[in-house]
Amino acid sequence: MSAKIVVADVYKSFPSDAGVLNVVEGVSFTVDDGETVAIVGPSGCGKSTLMNMVAGFERPDRGSVVIDGVAGSTPSPKGILITQHGSIFPWLTVQQNLMFGLNGHVRGREMLADHYAAMVGLKGFESSYPHELSGGMLKRAELARALVVKPEILYMDEPFSALDALMNLRMRNELLRVLAEERHTVLLITHDVEEAIHLADRVMVLSARPTRIQASFHVRIPHPRKLSSPAVQEIREAILRELGLDQSVA
Amino acid sequence: MARWNVLEIGTLAVKKMAMHKTGRIALSLAVITLLIATWWVLVLVTHSAIFPTPLQVVTGMLELVRDGTLFDHIGASLFRVGAGFLLALVFAIPLGLWMGWVRGAYSTLNPIFQLLRPISPIAWIPIAILWFGVGNVSPIFLIFISSVFPMIVQTTAGVHTIERRYLRAAENFGVSRYTLFRRVVIPAVWPQIIVGMRIGLGVAWLVVVAAEMIALRSGLGYLIIDSRNAGNRYDLVIAGMIIIGVIGLLLDGTMRLLERRKSVRWRYVR
Repeated sequence: MSAKIVVADVYKSFPSDAGVLNVVEGVSFTVDDGETVAIVGPSGCGKSTLMNMVAGFERPDRGSVVIDGVAGSTPSPKGILITQHGSIFPWLTVQQNLMFGLNGHVRGREMLADHYAAMVGLKGFESSYPHELSGGMLKRAELARALVVKPEILYMDEPFSALDALMNLRMRNELLRVLAEERHTVLLITHDVEEAIHLADRVMVLSARPTRIQASFHVRIPHPRKLSSPAVQEIREAILRELGLDQSVA
Repeated sequence: MARWNVLEIGTLAVKKMAMHKTGRIALSLAVITLLIATWWVLVLVTHSAIFPTPLQVVTGMLELVRDGTLFDHIGASLFRVGAGFLLALVFAIPLGLWMGWVRGAYSTLNPIFQLLRPISPIAWIPIAILWFGVGNVSPIFLIFISSVFPMIVQTTAGVHTIERRYLRAAENFGVSRYTLFRRVVIPAVWPQIIVGMRIGLGVAWLVVVAAEMIALRSGLGYLIIDSRNAGNRYDLVIAGMIIIGVIGLLLDGTMRLLERRKSVRWRYVR
């Protein structure tokens, strides 16, 4: 498999009251084409900063982010970012939101939008406004809006963290079902170790700030994954150990 | 003990009524009735020769309705408010969007507007008369002055408070500048613009009456001043005041209808 995303020795710092705050310090990793990679780390460790740099919203101070062999690319529909609080436009209907990323000349925009609405289980809600939907439905809309533009990469920054535990689990299964239908490269950032193991082919553990990659685990368990299985528990305990949590505590 | 119970039942009844919509309306109607009754009693008790009773006000109003002058005055005032307000709207929204979006435009123009904003539109009356005389243009100018600033301020603030996640999403999907404005910036600011329009129209209605008191031969403000000057017709003064209040309420109610549109509900439902 070829490398889709190559992050090489990336640094980022921000000015703060106490001088300069080093947020990311020398992070390197690659994500292969079609691979789902999860990054876990303690909260406030600079995960989102790292994601913003990979997705092109921020420039690293040093080092490079190379997507498909091109360095320093800016945000584009090639890779869509989905964040915790979402960015479904509240003033547009579900269908208008889904068509947002489509160029005006695309034929059958409505059909395409409705196809993806149905795929994520929003059939019948095309003309609803976001404030009429639940948190889980908003996430579905967000996912569908991203899929409509056929992105090669999905950047997911704590995508399901604002949902309750049950809806979180349901959305993970939904995502896996969608990913099985359409092949995407996924970079997932989460603080939820179980979510990472559930979804990813590989889990990387970040250290506390200034952040760097501390450990990496391959999850070689076929889908659908049973979260209570010993194999999953074994990886989970190993990751928690890396995060400084003793298994007896966790 | 028994008296306490009566009081308690009384407050309970009031609370219960306040909870239901019809109850609330009934309650405020009761308060209005009480006010009118107090007014009536006070006029009778003090044997006032000039201050009218509610009945005299109603009779005066009917008189104005019958000879048709009331509708001429209302029409004149509404025309001036409408013209000045629409001019201000057409001016304020593009300017506010521009000031909100372009940093340089904001830092250049905002201090000027902040300086002009606290000047009461009434203070502009001498200048308005100097520039435009005592025709229709003066009050229209004053209304423009009074409603343009709140609308500029609200529109600008609306652009400044667009959440970054929405702008980022637009950037992410790589839409054209036209789509960015039409689909993101303007709809995101709309609820704030509506708030600005409500404030602007409210101030405009306050100002038209004041402006008409100074000069001109028509309008509700003129009606009030003319009624006083021409033989202390305080029944017509109060009739004019009540009509101004009712129309102001209706204007605001009309503006509030804009808030009901589904594409702006998100801002008001939380």
